[in-house]
Amino acid sequence: MTISTRLNALWEYANPRKFLATTERVLPVLWLLTAVTLIGGLVWGFFFTPDDFRQGSTVKIIYVHVPSAFLATSAWFMMLVTSLVWLIRRHHVSALASRAAAPIGAVMTMIALITGAIWGQPMWGTWWEWDPRLTSFLVLFLFYLGYIALWEAIEDPDTAADLTSVLCLVGSVFAVLSRYAVYFWNQGLHQGASVLRAGAVTGADTTEKVSNVYAYPLLLSMVGFFLLFVALVFYRTGTEIRARRIKALLARERVNG
Amino acid sequence: MIPDLGKYAATVLSAYGASILLLVALVALSLRRGRKVRTEMEQIEQRVSRDG
Amino acid sequence: MIALLKRDLVLALRAGGGFGLGLAFFLIVTVLVPFSVGPQSALLASIAPGVLWLGALLACLLSLDRLLALDWEDGTLDLLATAPLPLESVVTIKALAHWLTTGLPLVLAAPVLGVLLNLPGPGFLWLVVSLALGTPALSVIGTFGAALTVGLKRGGLLLSLLVLPLYMPTLIYGAEVARRGAEGMTLATPLMMLAGISAAVIALLPFASAAVLRVNLR
Repeated sequence: MTISTRLNALWEYANPRKFLATTERVLPVLWLLTAVTLIGGLVWGFFFTPDDFRQGSTVKIIYVHVPSAFLATSAWFMMLVTSLVWLIRRHHVSALASRAAAPIGAVMTMIALITGAIWGQPMWGTWWEWDPRLTSFLVLFLFYLGYIALWEAIEDPDTAADLTSVLCLVGSVFAVLSRYAVYFWNQGLHQGASVLRAGAVTGADTTEKVSNVYAYPLLLSMVGFFLLFVALVFYRTGTEIRARRIKALLARERVNG
Repeated sequence: MIPDLGKYAATVLSAYGASILLLVALVALSLRRGRKVRTEMEQIEQRVSRDG
Repeated sequence: MIALLKRDLVLALRAGGGFGLGLAFFLIVTVLVPFSVGPQSALLASIAPGVLWLGALLACLLSLDRLLALDWEDGTLDLLATAPLPLESVVTIKALAHWLTTGLPLVLAAPVLGVLLNLPGPGFLWLVVSLALGTPALSVIGTFGAALTVGLKRGGLLLSLLVLPLYMPTLIYGAEVARRGAEGMTLATPLMMLAGISAAVIALLPFASAAVLRVNLR
C-alpha cells in the first residue's frame, strides 16, 4: 500500500459508523494499556525513585506535573488540527473530536496548574508566582473555558462546529501571541529571574535535564497520560456522535409525527 | 508501604491526590454521560424501528 | 461604505450608547480605584498607567454586545450581507464606527483621568500614544467576538469570556508602553510590538469576523 492510499484510508474514519465500530473494538485494549502504563508509571515514580538532594521528595510531583502539562498543550494542538479538518473537509467526526478533547485539555491544564502550585509552595515559598510559564498556562486555561462555553451556548450543531473551529484558529494565534507577550512582560519586570526558575528547576522543558533515574518512570507515565487522552477522546467522540444521532432521530420523529 | 517522604509528605501526597481525583472525576463523568447517551439512543432507535 | 459609516455614527450618537456610556464607565472605574487601594499619591502614580489601560479596555468591552446585535435583530445585517459590499468591509466599517464612538473618546479622556490618578508628567504623551495605537485593535478583536456571539440570546457574558483572553497581548504591550513612558524608560520594543499587533489584527481579523458572521447568517 502506498502512502497516499494509506492516507486516503484514514479518511474512512470520518464516517461516524466506521469510527464507532472501530473505536468500539479498539477501546477495551486501549483502556487496559492506559491502566497498565499510567498506574505503572505513577507507582514506579511514587514508590521506587530516590529523592532529589535539593528538592527532597517533591521531585515525585513531576510524574503528574510534566505529563499533564504536555497534554494540556498537545490537546489544544489536536483541537487546532481537527478544527482545520472540519473547516476544510466538513467531516463531522472531526468537529466532534475537538469538542470531546476540549474538557480533557482543560482538566490537564488544571492538573498542571494545581500540582505546580503545590510544588511551588515549599520550593519557592509561594503558591503562585506570575512567572511566564505559569501565566501562559493560566491563559491557556481561559482559552479552553471560552471554547467550551461557546460549544455549550450554540444549539445548532453545524453552526457550533463552524464557530468554535474559527475561534480555535484565531485563539491559537492569540495564545501564541500571549505567550510571547507574557515572556516579554515578566522579563521586563524582573530581569531574568524567571528563566532560571522555570526552566532549570522543574526540568519542564526537556526530559534530558532530568537524570535517568527519573526519566524512565517519567516517560512511562507520559505514555500513560497520552494513552488516557487518546482513550478518552475516542470514547467521548463516540458519545458526541450518539448524542448527535439522538438529535437527528428526534427531529425526524417530530417531522413525521 | 508508603515511602519515607520526609518533610514534604503533605505536599507530594496532596499533589498526587488532587491529580488522581481530577482524572478519576473526568473519566467517571465521561463514562456516565457516555452510558446515558448510549441507552437513550438505543431506546429511540428501537422506538423508531418499531414505528416505522 | 461611507454611507454605512455615517449611518452607524449617527445611530450611535442618537442612541447615546457609545460616547456617553463608555466614557462614564471609564470615569467611574478611575474614580473607584483610589477608593479601593487608598489615596497615597505615590502608589496611585505607579499603578496609574495600568489602571487606565484596564479601564479603557473594560469600557471598550462594555459596548461590544450592541455592536452587531441591534443590526441583527432588525434584519439590517441580512440586507448588508446581500449588498454588493463584501462582508469583510462591512465588518471593518463596524469596527471603525465602534472605535470612533468608543475608542477615540477614551483616548482623549485618558489624560484627564491621568491627572486624577497622579500620573507622572512624561506618562501623559505615552499613555495617549499607546491607547491610540491599541484601542483600534481592541475594537477589531471585539467585533470578532461580537460576530461570534451575535446569534445568541444571552451572548453578553459569553462575549466577555471569549474576548478578554484575546485582549491579553494588546493589554500587555499597551500597558507596558504607558508604564515605561511614565517611568521614563526606553519603550521602543513594546511600542513596536503594540503597533505590530494592531496592524496585523486590523489587516487579518476582519476575514475571520466576516467568515463567522456568514455562518451566523446562514
